[in-house]
Amino acid sequence: MEMFDMTAAELGKRIQAGEITAVEAAEYSLSRIKEKDGQINAFITVEEEKVMENARRVQQKIERRELTGPLAGVPVAVKDNICTEGLRTTCASRILGNFVPPYSAEAVKRLEEAGAVILGKTNMDEFAMGSTTETSAYGITRNPWNTDHVPGGSSGGSCAAVAAGEAFCALGSDTGGSIRQPSSFCGVTGLKPTYGTVSRYGLIAYGSSLDQIGPVAKDVTDCACILEAVSSYDRKDGTSVKRESYDFTSGLGRDIKGMRIGLPSDYLGEGLDDEVRKAVMDGAEAMRSLGAIVEEFPLGMAEYAIPAYYVIASAEASSNLARFDGVKYGYRTEEYEGLHDMYKKTRSEGFGPEVKRRIMLGSFVLSSGYYDAYYLKALRVKALIMKAFDEAFKKYDIILGPAAPSAAPEIGCSLADPLKMYLGDIYTVSVNLAGLPGISVPGGMNSKGLPIGLQLIGDRFQEEKLLRAAYQLEKAVGGYGIKKEEAHDEQRI
Amino acid sequence: MSREYETVIGLEVHVELATETKIFCGCSAKFGGESNTHTCPVCTGMPGSLPVLNRQVVEYALAVGLAAGCEINRFCRFDRKNYFYPDNPQNYQISQLYLPICHDGGIEIETEAGKKTVRIHEIHMEEDAGKLIHDEWEDCSLVDYNRSGVPLLEIVSEPDMRNAQEVIAYLEKLRMIIQYLGASDCKLQEGSMRADVNLSVREAGSRTMGTRTEMKNLNSFKAIARAIEGEKKRQIELLEEGKAVIQETRRWDDNKEYSFAMRSKEDAKDYRYFPDPDLPPVVISDEWIRAVKERQPELRTEKLARYIREYGIPEYDAQIITSSSKMASIFEKTSEICKKPKKVSNWLMVETLRLLKEKGMEPEDISFSPENLAKLIDLADDGTINNKAAKEVFEEIFSNDTDPLYYIEERGLKAVGDEGILLAAIDKVLSENSDSAEAYRGGKEKVFGFLVGQVMREMKGQASPAAVNKILKDKLS
Repeated sequence: MEMFDMTAAELGKRIQAGEITAVEAAEYSLSRIKEKDGQINAFITVEEEKVMENARRVQQKIERRELTGPLAGVPVAVKDNICTEGLRTTCASRILGNFVPPYSAEAVKRLEEAGAVILGKTNMDEFAMGSTTETSAYGITRNPWNTDHVPGGSSGGSCAAVAAGEAFCALGSDTGGSIRQPSSFCGVTGLKPTYGTVSRYGLIAYGSSLDQIGPVAKDVTDCACILEAVSSYDRKDGTSVKRESYDFTSGLGRDIKGMRIGLPSDYLGEGLDDEVRKAVMDGAEAMRSLGAIVEEFPLGMAEYAIPAYYVIASAEASSNLARFDGVKYGYRTEEYEGLHDMYKKTRSEGFGPEVKRRIMLGSFVLSSGYYDAYYLKALRVKALIMKAFDEAFKKYDIILGPAAPSAAPEIGCSLADPLKMYLGDIYTVSVNLAGLPGISVPGGMNSKGLPIGLQLIGDRFQEEKLLRAAYQLEKAVGGYGIKKEEAHDEQRI
Repeated sequence: MSREYETVIGLEVHVELATETKIFCGCSAKFGGESNTHTCPVCTGMPGSLPVLNRQVVEYALAVGLAAGCEINRFCRFDRKNYFYPDNPQNYQISQLYLPICHDGGIEIETEAGKKTVRIHEIHMEEDAGKLIHDEWEDCSLVDYNRSGVPLLEIVSEPDMRNAQEVIAYLEKLRMIIQYLGASDCKLQEGSMRADVNLSVREAGSRTMGTRTEMKNLNSFKAIARAIEGEKKRQIELLEEGKAVIQETRRWDDNKEYSFAMRSKEDAKDYRYFPDPDLPPVVISDEWIRAVKERQPELRTEKLARYIREYGIPEYDAQIITSSSKMASIFEKTSEICKKPKKVSNWLMVETLRLLKEKGMEPEDISFSPENLAKLIDLADDGTINNKAAKEVFEEIFSNDTDPLYYIEERGLKAVGDEGILLAAIDKVLSENSDSAEAYRGGKEKVFGFLVGQVMREMKGQASPAAVNKILKDKLS
């Protein structure tokens, strides 16, 4: 098997067996980045020497049997809104263009403790605000399946890096679908864990009550391995939750006979691309044939999820992004007169248009006189959405639906109509509002040869069950295997 | 003045809590330190850092709230107050607006006019900001984040006070309660207690409130009293001239004894408060409240009664000693060791108060140990040193907490117990004052004191009064 074909877990096994070294794996990934990234632009920062130095150190530990886990020696990419000590972290924004964090995010620390070798920092929509990775200050990322198309977003760099074989797996973050939607567009597997499962310490906040770090990988098994490595109860994060179990891998192969799968009719109606709908129905059929009980049901509240999400996320963002002011770190305008002029110019020059739009939207909904009408109302909608899911999970173990209304759009046709772009988040945002775990699994290709993702949603803290269902679905519909032949077709990239 | 006016005053008091660490991170909350040394990613607003609530802050807030008779919000939350200023690294302050931890309490105060209750509107927890240092030489500003994230309580009263005396009485009572609880040292000069005064005037008998101003920068009780008088006068003059009081924030300049407008209501910022999504709500259980109540130290009223009852000291002494938790603590500990509470009380009431006043110190600044005071009392009592020497020794204890035995030895202050020298001195005095000795023997007891004085003078003060009394009496009998 060539390294290109290996999942992270397969590579890890061979590294443990001494067939491949961590150094060779890192060299492979770096050469792959050199070869592909000029076109894909999945990475903002790669420091080759640092990567090789880390790979050598990890290899020594592996040889001393100090690192024996599945990720030891595996090259991993990290989204550029997750702090890495000594490695520039920009949030794809000009305002953090020179920011080198003095500390690492808890999730990064845990990855490194598991022996993963961090390759570099991946491109994204600026401050994770966007669905296409076109709002980055460091250029757009292209979809490895068809470079005229976007990879999705905001974790577009992480998903494209895995899809292009540059990284074996990656960390992304998901506030309203930012892992699941680009995973769907890039034909990879991406998981957004239950809120509170992975520490947010060191994740540069967009919408604090919605943000979660999660894995992007070639298959469900890899996602489970990465989640097991990065999840923890962290006292540095007040919203971290102590789970009963942090074992996400041992139950993976179990069957799904008798599992009750709900298919929300609200997710199959108007606005959904026919080919995506067909992929979802095929996925449902596949699960049925494995012994699951699949039925359609009305979930409710779906149409209110988008406005509630954009009100809450923007409100939190308007306050979270206030700290980028040119005083302490990051970009400061060249010439200014006095404090307010410095603030104004720094932020005007440092932030891109989509970020400004959301800061203004968020500031507006929190203003006195509008707070009740918008922000409080959105919180009430959030509570109702949670209730709708609670009701659904009384009847079903897992909810199945699309990850996005369509496959990846062409570059340049989304930003012109932001409202339309926001509506593309319709199947993912509710999961964040309700704090649930959700995973996107490859579910086939459309007629243009672009991947389609299927989304599975679990109840809070039911990742074990969710991953088990996803694993069976992946086996039934093909998973990452679909991509292999296509990826070798160098013409496409 | 043609009409009679009534002044209506409410206070917003900020108190820095005496926690070891900051409210949302593990950095030291101690005053001072090199600039930006008590800092970490959290209290400097680094991207990705998160606040985690210090439990001790909630405990202190509960303790103060319960002592001030407040209701406790069993479910309270932190909110972000959004505004841009460089002393505030996140450009929002974490505070409490919608669900403060304590509300609807009251404190009884006493002035010459009698007793009254000042109602407490609410008490909430929040973080302090950093300090800006303007470098005029370099024409730039520097910021020190050591204070950023130090925990504060804000205690908001209802507009129940009518004059400066009531305001001072309220502040003194509040300070005493908080000091007793150990929640803060409440030093106005160091800024660990700060009061903003909301003041309005209205015609006597009127039921509607006048337009109020908020006054800041009040660094002492005296400044507060002066500011109240000054602002009251300013507002009445405006009304007398037929002008309106503008709702605004004013800065008191204690040197000029005048306040200056800082910002008016029209420039009032919209702080866009909303619940901080990084901090889960604080749920306060009955058990927690009970535990805080159980740990609650004895407050002043109980202490006062107990001192009179158990130690038999006069009420006047007990009043003064219990007015400061530091004095009370020294009184109890010293009495415990030497078992002479009345003597301890005397040392505190006379010499200690005198030295505090002389040095411009607060009782909270007392730094001597009960052990050394107890030793001194014993030494004076058994005649090892006389009163004059004792006072000198006490000054040394007060300033440097020196062991009195060591100091007496070093300075040769020991009262002379050697009967030979003393006898010689007494003989000399008696022979030089034979008429007085005769008068005493003849029944004129008053002259005894004179003779003792003469002996002490002869001994240059270095004799034990007890020994002088005894020998002199023997000689004269």
